[in-house]
Amino acid sequence: MTARQKLVVIGNGMAGARAVEEILSRGGADQFAITMIGEEPTGNYNRILLSNVLNGSSGEDEIFLNPMEWYAEHGIRLRAGRRVTRILRQAKHIVCDNDETEAYDKLIIATGSRPFVPPIEGLFRTDGSFMPGVFVFRTLEDCRQIAAFAKGKRRAAVIGGGLLGLEAARGLQNFGLTVSVVHLAAHLMQQQLDGPAGAILRQSMQQMGLEILLEKSTTHLLGRDTVEGLRFSDGTTLACEMVIVSAGIKPNCEVAAGSGLTIERALVVDDQMRSVDDRDIYVVGECAQHRGQVYGLVSPLWDQAKVLADHITSTNVAAAYHGSRIATKLKVMGVDVASMGIVEPQLPEDEVVQFSEARRGTYKKLIIRDGRLVGGILLGDIGKAPYLMQAFDRHTPLPEQRLQLLFDIGAPAAQVSFVEMSPDTQICNCTGVSKRAIVACVNSGKRSPQAVMSATRAGTGCGSCKALVAEIVEWACDGEVEEDPSLHYYVPGVPLSKPELIEAIRNRNLRSVSAVFDYLAGGEEDAGSKPGLASLLKTLWKDEYDDERDARFINDRVHANIQRDGTFSVIPQMPGGVTNVAQLRRIADVAERYQVPLVKLTGGQRIDLLGIKKDDLPAVWRDLEMPSGYAYSKSYRTCKSCVGTDFCRFGLGDSISLAMKIEEEFQGFDSPHKMKLATAGCPRNCSEAMVKDVGAVAVEGGRWEIYVGGAAGSSVRKGDVLCTVDSHEDVLKFAGRFIQFYRENARYLERTYAFVERLGIKRIRSVVVDDSEGIAARLEQEVSASRAAYRDPWREAAAPATANQFATMLPLVSVANQG
Amino acid sequence: MEVTIAPLSAIPEGEGRNFVVGSDRVAVFRTRTGEVFAVQAQCPHRGGPLADGLTGGSTLICPLHGWKFDLATGAGPDPECALRTFAARVDERGRIVLSVPPTGYSL
Repeated sequence: MTARQKLVVIGNGMAGARAVEEILSRGGADQFAITMIGEEPTGNYNRILLSNVLNGSSGEDEIFLNPMEWYAEHGIRLRAGRRVTRILRQAKHIVCDNDETEAYDKLIIATGSRPFVPPIEGLFRTDGSFMPGVFVFRTLEDCRQIAAFAKGKRRAAVIGGGLLGLEAARGLQNFGLTVSVVHLAAHLMQQQLDGPAGAILRQSMQQMGLEILLEKSTTHLLGRDTVEGLRFSDGTTLACEMVIVSAGIKPNCEVAAGSGLTIERALVVDDQMRSVDDRDIYVVGECAQHRGQVYGLVSPLWDQAKVLADHITSTNVAAAYHGSRIATKLKVMGVDVASMGIVEPQLPEDEVVQFSEARRGTYKKLIIRDGRLVGGILLGDIGKAPYLMQAFDRHTPLPEQRLQLLFDIGAPAAQVSFVEMSPDTQICNCTGVSKRAIVACVNSGKRSPQAVMSATRAGTGCGSCKALVAEIVEWACDGEVEEDPSLHYYVPGVPLSKPELIEAIRNRNLRSVSAVFDYLAGGEEDAGSKPGLASLLKTLWKDEYDDERDARFINDRVHANIQRDGTFSVIPQMPGGVTNVAQLRRIADVAERYQVPLVKLTGGQRIDLLGIKKDDLPAVWRDLEMPSGYAYSKSYRTCKSCVGTDFCRFGLGDSISLAMKIEEEFQGFDSPHKMKLATAGCPRNCSEAMVKDVGAVAVEGGRWEIYVGGAAGSSVRKGDVLCTVDSHEDVLKFAGRFIQFYRENARYLERTYAFVERLGIKRIRSVVVDDSEGIAARLEQEVSASRAAYRDPWREAAAPATANQFATMLPLVSVANQG
Repeated sequence: MEVTIAPLSAIPEGEGRNFVVGSDRVAVFRTRTGEVFAVQAQCPHRGGPLADGLTGGSTLICPLHGWKFDLATGAGPDPECALRTFAARVDERGRIVLSVPPTGYSL
């Protein structure tokens, strides 16, 4: 193992600890020896819950995030109770208040913030410490001292009517004190609330016994040795025995003073959370200023810590922080508050939707721009907060009926089921699109199912919800649905139906995808149409097709199936699901040699090697010495089989050798969608042949039933019997005719189950079995020609088809060639 | 600052390839119309490898979940989700040259 880098974290609060947790979760312990230095003498705790400690609803030990053992368990050196005074960037070490030094390779500054204390005469004693009875509210120690001092006192004042100030006031109330909140602004919590909401909150607070003083600027603390009261700029006074100052926060940046790092309101960072001046110094949390913003809430901090960790560990060097949209849900002294974005309209066209019922303490206000939520306040009743916060966060279009945004109103009853579904019902389970989102999309102007699917992404996963999406769109359009003409095209980018397109391709002798765009689409390339055209051209021209590799989906460029992390899955051919010792040994060797993370049996009775790097694909294929199983392509995939007659005591037909013949016949056949086949040696159907694109089931009497159009994936459909035949050869013949008919007539990405339903089994049977159109012989010839054109794509291991075909990353041309 | 990254022939027509330029991973595309474009290497949605995507004109489709982007402007499915772009050109010797913002760090 290479030597670990030294990572020093200044600050042991929530930001520093979270950053370290994120780094550890990315395997950072192997890369870094981590030292954390914190001023507080404890492990880190959830500062947000301090008010619970003060008001007694949580014990001290309940708010710790990481106890001392956590540091030891993860090999982190914690130097608690130390303050870092200087960063020596040239020497790459830091200096502590006791003059100890610590060297670093990478440094994280997570010093957070401290309470801002406004200039008030008499607040400090001559030695610079607070007058006894004056407190800030930031640390566990502050909490303890406040609690100790409050015993036996009767009157307290809190300076600051923000969230923390109100929480502190609540805590003091619980100790039996009469509490006054002194606030400089015209209403409470002006960061999160507007004037009317602030007024309602004030009323609720007063009902709970708090005195709220607004527009009061505190100028003097009264009393010589003990606190006696406050005097304000208007000359009035307030008697009290203790004061908590909670007037906002100030980022702790002193540690970086003199180090040359740019400090404005806080330490200025780039999108990777690095100081703009030093690539080895990261800053996270309340002491960081990103794109002019300093965040004092916890959720941005989580976002920042993730980006920092992705970047510092090189898990994702492209990770970037783009700022956070601030939405908070909180309880102020038992009153529910949700607030997001701006609190007042900013542009003349901003739309405001508002409801106020002061008597019950309820207030709702939304600010909408371009049909999307840019700000909102909910007070008292926050039932709609989850939806609104999501709409705000994701910037999704809002329903036209604004009333729905503020209240759950009953929808009129109707007989159709999807009409009754609640707006929150998830319609597309692949992409998580709700009925509400579909309706909103229609209301925003999309008037066809295709347009809505493309805008919302509903139906773009497995596709099984497409019909339901189309119904909802029609319903939401109220009959004004527009038909998208591209619905009848083979691919959206070429305005021709499949028969028209085939005819044009043949007549004009178009052999490449770019030629089709040039002659049939006005020279306009359409990315999404390319794979469909490539598939069709290959089917029509076979080995005389001008194979432009960019027209293929990545899987077909590198003959493997792309995975979520950009690696690939490799499945070698295994006809009939039969393997042998030599193959298994080679597969095992490959799995070991290339450190394959997952070896898994597939549903198609093959062995899948997952997590292969693109660069390793050619070598993996070479070492496997097995042909491609095509488990990545819109093509014939595989034919699974049961044990058949050799061993099974029920077997009626030899399903294994039939599966092997099928594999040999159809391997590599491009098709509108994937084709999965199966053979079963008896009607027990152990290989599930009745729910395959094509299946053959042996029945008594030496005969085979051929099923077509079965499915058992996102859709489940039992196949229709195409015909019953009495030999393997006839299975191949009729299956071949059907497959070729499907290849020529199905829309791109139309599975056989949809194709068979669209044409009807009667029509298909009449063409494929009874040869009603006189094309059976031609279909068979096409099958033979496609079969002859088969070439194992994994042979490209030896002769790549394009430049850098398997390269994940290219080196830059050498510096010597520069300029 | 301009960096010469590779001969045009390193990238097949209509496809993309990845390069590391400074601290950035960049996906560089060569379109069938002879233009070159460069954008961040990973899809902002789920980190998909954009260089493996399909192109058509200046449209790019991510291979993982089909998100579409404009290679020229970086514009994505919604304004919040755009790609970082880098200016790219082909020089007189047929090599791809990228403009990368000065980072203050040496490459």
